[in-house]
Parts: sequence; structure tokens; C-alpha cells
Amino acid sequence: MTDATTSLLTQDARTKKRNAAEARFKLYGIAAIGIGVAMLILLLVTILGNGVGAFQQTFVTLHVELQEKKLDKKGNRDPEDLKKVTTFGYDPLMKAAFDKAVKEANVETKLKPKDQAALLSKSAAADLRNYVLANPEHIGKTIEFTFLANSRVDGYLKGRVTRESIANDKNINAAQLDLVDQLVKAGVIEKRFNPAFILGADASDQRPEAAGIGVSMAGSFFMMLVVLVLALPIGVAASIYLEEFAPKNWITDIIEVNISNLAAVPSIVFGILGLAVFINTMHLPQSAPLVGGLVLTLMTLPTIIISTRAALKSVPPSIRDAALGLGASRMQAVFHHVLPLAAPGILTGTIIGLAQALGETAPLLLIGMIGFIASNAPGGVAEGLLSPNSAMPAQIYEWAKRADPAFYERAWGGIIILLVFLVTMNTIAVILRRRFERRW
Amino acid sequence: MYDAPSLEKNVDQKATKIAAKDVQVYYGDTHAIKDVSVDLLANTVTAFIGPSGCGKSTFLRCLNRMNDTIDICRVQGDIRLDGEDIYDKRVDPVQLRAKVGMVFQKPNPFPKSIYDNVAYGPRIHGLARGKSELDEIVESALRRAALWGEVKDRLDAPGTGLSGGQQQRLCIARAVATAPEVLLMDEPCSALDPIATAQVEELIDELRENFSVVIVTHSMQQAARVSQKTAFFHLGNLVEYGDTTQIFTNPIDPRTESYITGRIG
Repeated sequence: MTDATTSLLTQDARTKKRNAAEARFKLYGIAAIGIGVAMLILLLVTILGNGVGAFQQTFVTLHVELQEKKLDKKGNRDPEDLKKVTTFGYDPLMKAAFDKAVKEANVETKLKPKDQAALLSKSAAADLRNYVLANPEHIGKTIEFTFLANSRVDGYLKGRVTRESIANDKNINAAQLDLVDQLVKAGVIEKRFNPAFILGADASDQRPEAAGIGVSMAGSFFMMLVVLVLALPIGVAASIYLEEFAPKNWITDIIEVNISNLAAVPSIVFGILGLAVFINTMHLPQSAPLVGGLVLTLMTLPTIIISTRAALKSVPPSIRDAALGLGASRMQAVFHHVLPLAAPGILTGTIIGLAQALGETAPLLLIGMIGFIASNAPGGVAEGLLSPNSAMPAQIYEWAKRADPAFYERAWGGIIILLVFLVTMNTIAVILRRRFERRW
Repeated sequence: MYDAPSLEKNVDQKATKIAAKDVQVYYGDTHAIKDVSVDLLANTVTAFIGPSGCGKSTFLRCLNRMNDTIDICRVQGDIRLDGEDIYDKRVDPVQLRAKVGMVFQKPNPFPKSIYDNVAYGPRIHGLARGKSELDEIVESALRRAALWGEVKDRLDAPGTGLSGGQQQRLCIARAVATAPEVLLMDEPCSALDPIATAQVEELIDELRENFSVVIVTHSMQQAARVSQKTAFFHLGNLVEYGDTTQIFTNPIDPRTESYITGRIG
């Protein structure tokens, strides 16, 4: 047999075919990964492109004269009297200050002071009033303030609002935009980083520029606290019992199947369960992070139980045998040897479960942790758990469905913050896994 | 052929440590051990030999109730340790296993330090009253396992970092530290090289002074070298039990003869 086909230096037909198939398969794999990566990049670019703007806001710097005759006619600085002056009472001060700023910048405009001051946010007068109530000793002086600009002005500086797009917009006109252009040149109006977006509360439909995600972040935090405190011990205890102690019979089989099924139940089902049980039957407060946390606990439990059981299963049985063979009790074998080895897996599962719960929106719709909840940041743990609040994903959903495009930008910005949290949590999970992983 | 044991074995009449009578073991529907009755003597090394799947490991695990951890396993019959029925309802297997220690086929040190591995048993059984007493127990256990010289400078090193033979000797030290009365060894040398095997065998012979040792082995040479009594299992039956010298030189049952001469197995 001296055929050319038997030589090792040339490939026979079958080998060629097999190699070609392998090469094709590798190509498919690379293509699949490529599509995945491209989608991810597209997603991130879109999110960043749309959301980064939310972290910047347009501010107007004004020198406001806090006229005593307008704010404190009696001149005795009595807080009760000061409170009687409503935000309308502050309007003339704002107008005067804005007019002064325009004149100092040597800007020619035919706009009336009222239309000039319309460039300010509707929350500006309220901000000024709060300042005065907090610092009554400053009445009579001229103080420099930076007020939020109206969301249209902000949109104009960010390119969202253009001269073409305002044709049918009653809130702003071309003359006002001319004024904005000139004030930007004069340095009165400028765009800069806005910490209030990260730390502040939601604002009404009329004032998208004042809306922040901070308070709903606190809501999410308290929910996660509830989830962690409840789901981790319950889930770990249940898994240890099921995996290490429970007899293998039809009852435990049914429980096992049901836990797996629960993991696949749509989250909105847990929401309606929470509504029926926690709010309608147990009369826990509506919209409270406590209830949200309870609902999310139910949702997270199966995830934690499944991952904990997997972690316990992956501990080699020889370790249990070794401990039992030395006369350790079952519990000693589990707590001294099995659990420490399973800890990284349990931690990872818990953090992944928490991350899932953090991003969950649907159950929150049903227990009322959504809608316009412009509460202040909670002052303590009890208030944080019981006072109405929203959560980050619910806040994002709420912003996305409002009409003003300025809210749309904030929704994207909120997504960036949410993603930062999720990435951080997953990174912690990976780091913990690496650190505590032990060889055996 | 096998090595006939050359040294004279001390097989004087000794007290019965474990008496098993009519033991049956079922795995689900499988009848794994059939009617096994055997008296294991104190201060004696007893070897269980037999082909794979003959039930020798299963029977060994009955002696300290390790089979309890297998759900489908049922044990019937009567096994007595010093005259006490170990399957009595009042017996806590935890107490039993403190008296009847076990060394497994695969070295399975805990992923902890060498010291903690050995100290674990004394700690959970409260055998030491203080740190210094515990240190003594650990040292003497490691010495008896012929491991002290190799690890005395690195007791804080992880037990899993030792070589296979060292790990197995660590597991023996761990079992010895609990001060058991009987030591069960399930093929302790199957994962070891000849040098480590020789060390462990030497150790087994020394352990006989204080314990009854029961060893399951696939190696007939090993059984001949270390044991005074040998039990031959075949298909779940105890075929023959007697002095090692007699089993290897003058077996009564033809199946034993076939096995030790290599015709079945």
C-alpha cells in the first residue's frame, strides 16, 4: 500500500471534511460571540449617549437682594411670619435679580422681566424661600445664588431643544433663546455637574430639571436590607436542611420541584401576592420599602436556595465522611466543614439574587412603590422602612412614561446609576468567590 | 503466587472486640451482604479480602454505622461492640464513631492546617483540657502516624498541600487522635505508592498494640503482610474466616483457593 492517500503529509478526503467542519463550527462560535459583544457595545453606547446628559444641569447664577420690606415687613425675623410669605412673594425678587443680571451682562433684550425670569426653573423661588427660612439673618443682604434653569433652557444647551423644535412650544420662544445665548456668553448661564440628580428627590411633571434619583435609591437600599436580612438566613437554613438533613421521600421531592418552579414564576405574581397578603390582609403600609422588601424576599428565596444547594452539593462527600468518621455530629460536619467550603458559592448566589431583586420593577407596581413619590430622604431606619418611597427601577419607569423629553434623559441617567450598582455587586461577587475559594 | 508470611504472628486467643451475627445489608432491592457472622478480636489486625463488589467495604461501614448516611441502605442482624448492640435504638452513632474510627480509601484531609486536622477529633470530643494538652495529643498522634518528623515545622500549613502518602498518614493521625478502640481502614493504601504503602503498613502493625484494626484491601500480599486474621468475602457472603497463615497456605473453601491463586477475582 503505497497510495498517496496513506501519506501523513497529505490530508485524505475524510480528514479534510472533518477539519472543514471544525473550522466552520469555530467560525459560528466566533460569530455568535461577535454578535453578543456588538449588542452589548450598542447597548452601552446608547445608554451612555442618552444618559450622561442627566448628570449635568444648566444653572443660572444670580445676585438676589433679599429685600426686608418684601420678606419680613415687621422686621422681627419671626419664623412664623416669614413662613407666611409664599413662593409668589419671592417672584419679584427673582425678577429683579434676573433683570439686574441681564443689565450687568450688557445684553439687549425686548423681553419683559416676567418672560426673562421664565428661564429659571419653577422650583427656583421655592429654593430661595427655603434658604431664607433657614437663614433669616441674611434678610436685607444681597446673596449670590445658583438656580436651576428651566428644562427647556437646559435642553437647548444640551442640544435636545432646537429653534426648529420650539415652533409649537408655549414654554419658550426664539427671543428667550437669544437671551440664553447671550447670557451663556456672559457666563451667567452655565452647564455643570449636578449632584442633586444622584442625591435628590423626584420632582413634579413641571420641573424635570429638579428631579433626582437619590430618595428612590434610599428606597432600594432599605428594600435590599430587608431582602438580605430575611432571604439569606431563611434561604441558607432551608437549603442546609434540605440538602444535608431532610430524608429523601416524596414530600421533599415535591418541595424541591416547587422551589425550582417558584424560581420561574413571573415576578408580577409575587407582586399581586404581596398586595393581597401584606397590604390587604396584614395592613402593612402601602408603598413602603418594608413591603417591597418582603415581596422581593419571596422572589429571591428560590434563587438563593437553588444556588446554596448547588454550592453544598459541590462539596465533596469525602469531607462529610471524614468528619462523620471522626465522630462529628451531622450538624458539626455541616457547620465546621461543609458550610465554610460552600460559603463562596452561597455568597455569590446571594449577591446575584440581590442584584436581580434590585433591578425588579413589576412587583413594585402592584404594591404602590411607583408614581410620583417626592418624599424627602428618610431620616432613620424605621422611617426608611415604613414611609412611602419608590425604588430605582420603578423611578426610571416612572420617568420614562412622563411626557416631557427632559424626563426621558433622566430615565437613561437613572439606568446608568442602576447599572453601576449591578456591576459593582457582581464584581463584589466575583472578588468574594476568588478570595474564599479553597482547593481540596 | 503470594508471599507466605515469614514472621511468626502472634495469634494467641484474644478477647472478641466486635461480634457480628447474621448480618444482612440491602441497598434498595439489592442484597449486598448475606448472613455474615464474624468475631473480630482485640489487638488484632483483621484483613477483609475479596473481589470488587463482594461487600467487604459495605460490611466494614456497618461496623461504625457509616452506612446510616446512605438513605437506601438497610442493615439487619446483630453487631456487638464489647457486647453492646451498636444498632440498638439508644445508640448514638456519633458516640459509636468516636470509639470506632475510620480511615478512607482516598485521603480526605480537611482543607485546614495540619494541626487543625489532627486536633479536630479531640476538640469536638473534649479530650484535651488545654492548649498544651491538645498540643501533646496532636504530637503523639502525628508521631504514631510516622508523620511528625516531616511536618513538625509546618503544622500551620494546609493538610491538603501534603503529598498523597503524607495525606493518608495525616488521616490516620487524625483518626488515632480521637483515641478510638477500633480502627477501620477502607483500602488505605490504594492511592499510595509502594514506599508510602510500606510506611502505612508498618504503622498498622504498630497500631495493633492499642487498637483492633480492620483493613479492607485488594492486595493479597498486603493482607498477608499486615494481618493476623483474614476474612474472604465473595458475592456478599463471608466464605472463609481464619488465621491469615491458614487462609493463605491451607484454605478450606475451594473459592478461597481460587481467589488467592488468582483464578477468580
